[in-house]
Amino acid sequence: MNLRKYLIVYKKFLHTSLASELEYKTNILIDLITAILSLLGSIFLLSIFFQNNGYIGGWKFEQALIIQSIYTILNGITNTWFNPNLTEIVKHIREGTLDYVLLKPIDSQFFISLKKINPSGFLEIMLGFLLSFFCISINQINLNFSFLTLSLITIICSICILYSLWFFISTTTIWFVKTWNAIEVLRSFLYIGRFPLNSFSFSLRIFFSVFIPIAFITTIPSEVFLGISQLWKILLEIIVATVFLITSRKFWLFALRFYSSASS
Amino acid sequence: MVQNIIDVRNLSKSFDISSKEPSLKGTIKHFLRRQTKSLTVIKDISFEIKEGEIVGFLGANGAGKTTILKMLCGLIYPSEGSILVSGHLPFRRKENFLKNITLIMGQKQQLIWDLPPIESFYLNASIYDLDKFEAKKRIKKLSEMLEIDKELFIPVRKLSLGQRMKSELLAALIHEPNILFLDEPTLGLDINAQRNLRKFLQKYNKETNATICLTSHYMKDITSLCKRVICVHEGAISYDGKLDQLLKKLCPVKEILIVCRSEDDAIKLENCGFTVKTKIKNEITIKIENNSISSSLKTILNNFDIVDLFINEPPIDEVIGKVLIKKDYEI
Repeated sequence: MNLRKYLIVYKKFLHTSLASELEYKTNILIDLITAILSLLGSIFLLSIFFQNNGYIGGWKFEQALIIQSIYTILNGITNTWFNPNLTEIVKHIREGTLDYVLLKPIDSQFFISLKKINPSGFLEIMLGFLLSFFCISINQINLNFSFLTLSLITIICSICILYSLWFFISTTTIWFVKTWNAIEVLRSFLYIGRFPLNSFSFSLRIFFSVFIPIAFITTIPSEVFLGISQLWKILLEIIVATVFLITSRKFWLFALRFYSSASS
Repeated sequence: MVQNIIDVRNLSKSFDISSKEPSLKGTIKHFLRRQTKSLTVIKDISFEIKEGEIVGFLGANGAGKTTILKMLCGLIYPSEGSILVSGHLPFRRKENFLKNITLIMGQKQQLIWDLPPIESFYLNASIYDLDKFEAKKRIKKLSEMLEIDKELFIPVRKLSLGQRMKSELLAALIHEPNILFLDEPTLGLDINAQRNLRKFLQKYNKETNATICLTSHYMKDITSLCKRVICVHEGAISYDGKLDQLLKKLCPVKEILIVCRSEDDAIKLENCGFTVKTKIKNEITIKIENNSISSSLKTILNNFDIVDLFINEPPIDEVIGKVLIKKDYEI
């Protein structure tokens, strides 16, 4: 793979999708306001849960805010990259415009995963980081190299898991054509990621760890933030992320063999 | 000797198609227990195409023309048989192969809707490894050929269908491919836009010696661009050969309307041994075989006082229409 070429193409993707989005100023403004209100609403909801009892699943409100900050960062990434691109896969397959993607001398997964960006998601990412810095301060977390490295690794792994799950579901469109509902279910499961895994019953914890690994996505990075994570959990997240990423890639290549293109 | 650039041997393609009965009962049955059956849409076809040839694929809707094009460019895996395009197995979609071909579909677009077409051109240029200087040079050349230099900076959504189609062509040709697959490129265009597009394709073929495979329901596209046609009927090839031979075979005679100076001249002409279709006063319509048109006209012009003369070509759509509903057409 020619990395330089891919960087140049990605620069063009950024340029064209930013230019496309900036054509509609009001839409961007509404998206920005929605992102701020959504974060404030989530924090308010979280504070209500903690009002009667200071702890949920062994987590204090200040600690749970870390999960909220990681969720906000991930949701921002979802809105910036995954939502505009991966939901388009369904459209590409239904309308047959995937033909144009497949006939380009560039990796089709790269093309359909990164062609568009939604700039309003950037604000959510920034708000997430601001909230996490606030959490670091109120939880008196010691910022050091190993903390930053482990945090970064676990957040990247979370992004990979989330992307792979979404991409996997979108790929099934090649057979099932319409998969909007499955993606909506995935998005609604993601909301669960705003709460500590320990706040759920044992069976739900197993479900959200094994079948739909939402737990890995927010809880493990948050535990790393608080210095309470065990090494095996971090290693497990890395393994899960790698397996998911490879599987989604293989699944895409396998599915393309069944692509029959839309009729003209 | 001109080499074959496309070689297709015993190609077949089957799809699993589900069918649904009407009514609510049929819908529920279709939802609960979907019944699919294998449908062979391409049946054991073989043909070759030489470098620089322009070949028209003719066929009724659903005959399999687009499926053939999509297999040739590697979008669909064949069920049986082999395809070699420019020495490559298309469905592997290797980079060198993809840089050599392009697909243009009249009913689908790849341009970015909200931006001027030039943005899509530069994006495609980067995908095809063209530097900015080379891309600029090619955009200038192609936009002049297509006469869209003024539209390059207007958002795609504001362009007319004809201007959009020309921009689609430019986006698809920026990497200067050797093989063009065109699926109904003039669909929905007005007469002038159709003519301009045909002129451009002729020029492009002449200048670059590119091979063009074209499907179209507009006979004018086929007659003005293609010397050779492949007729597809229910997934099988019913005719593969020169277009003019096909037309000669299908219409062995031409109708000639002759306006004589007087009605007496028309009567004399009527009794001269020609096959007369109609005669109204001094106007007479006769049928003459294609191979004796020049000699017959010479005789008529030398021996009769003729005021005017019209040679009526039969409507090409009607003629080709006959081929599309026939299984085999032997020439």
